Amino acid sequence: MMADQVLDAKGLNCPLPILRAKKAIKDMTAGQVLEIQATDPGAVKDFEAFCRTTGNEMVDHHMDGGTYVFNIRVN
Amino acid sequence: MTDTETKSMSIIVTKGTLDWGYPPFILATTAAAMGLEVTMFFTFYGLTLLKKKLDLKINPLGNAAMEMPMGGMHMAMPNIVAAMPGATALTTTMMKDMLKKKGVASIEELREMAVEADVKIIACQMTMDLFEYKKSDMIDGLELGGAATWVDAATRCDINLYI
Repeated sequence: MMADQVLDAKGLNCPLPILRAKKAIKDMTAGQVLEIQATDPGAVKDFEAFCRTTGNEMVDHHMDGGTYVFNIRVN
Repeated sequence: MTDTETKSMSIIVTKGTLDWGYPPFILATTAAAMGLEVTMFFTFYGLTLLKKKLDLKINPLGNAAMEMPMGGMHMAMPNIVAAMPGATALTTTMMKDMLKKKGVASIEELREMAVEADVKIIACQMTMDLFEYKKSDMIDGLELGGAATWVDAATRCDINLYI
């Protein structure tokens, strides 16, 4: 998965990963993919909920070592 | 609230301690990030959160549920200790250190993000007068209003919270 932009949210706790992601998405165009790296276990459910409400698409999420990686396609 | 597609949320903010300052700002910033229009109505001790320079404190006195993680265990402060001079400063420092260590934003940061996200901030006129706060003591961009102002906003909101 080639992301257009990568957001390092490692070490940040709720709600900062979501707020930083929203800030990044604001400067992106529809169809682009944002990769978010987070260590907050709560981010898994929260990014699903964020996508459901905002209509951005979660194209992939997986673990990479101790890091949660999310790929979100901007709507 | 003008666009019927847009969801909206209002929060009545009544508490101004270092712990209770978090839920309203976390929810407001997150809801704004998720595309909701957010209104916050600050009244009574919630007004403290609008002061230009924040100096939020916490004391466990009378809060039997408050315990701090310590060496793998949890420690509560007995009321008689919490009532001693310096207990508020000590608990506040410990709490701030813990928040920072765990990557939790400060109230200052969250408040700034709420303002940036165009969260509508209303300060309760009656309690401003009661506690003799001036509008110039508070951050810029807030509106003054009363109960009717919140009720009016709340009738058009999908979510209404009291914290």
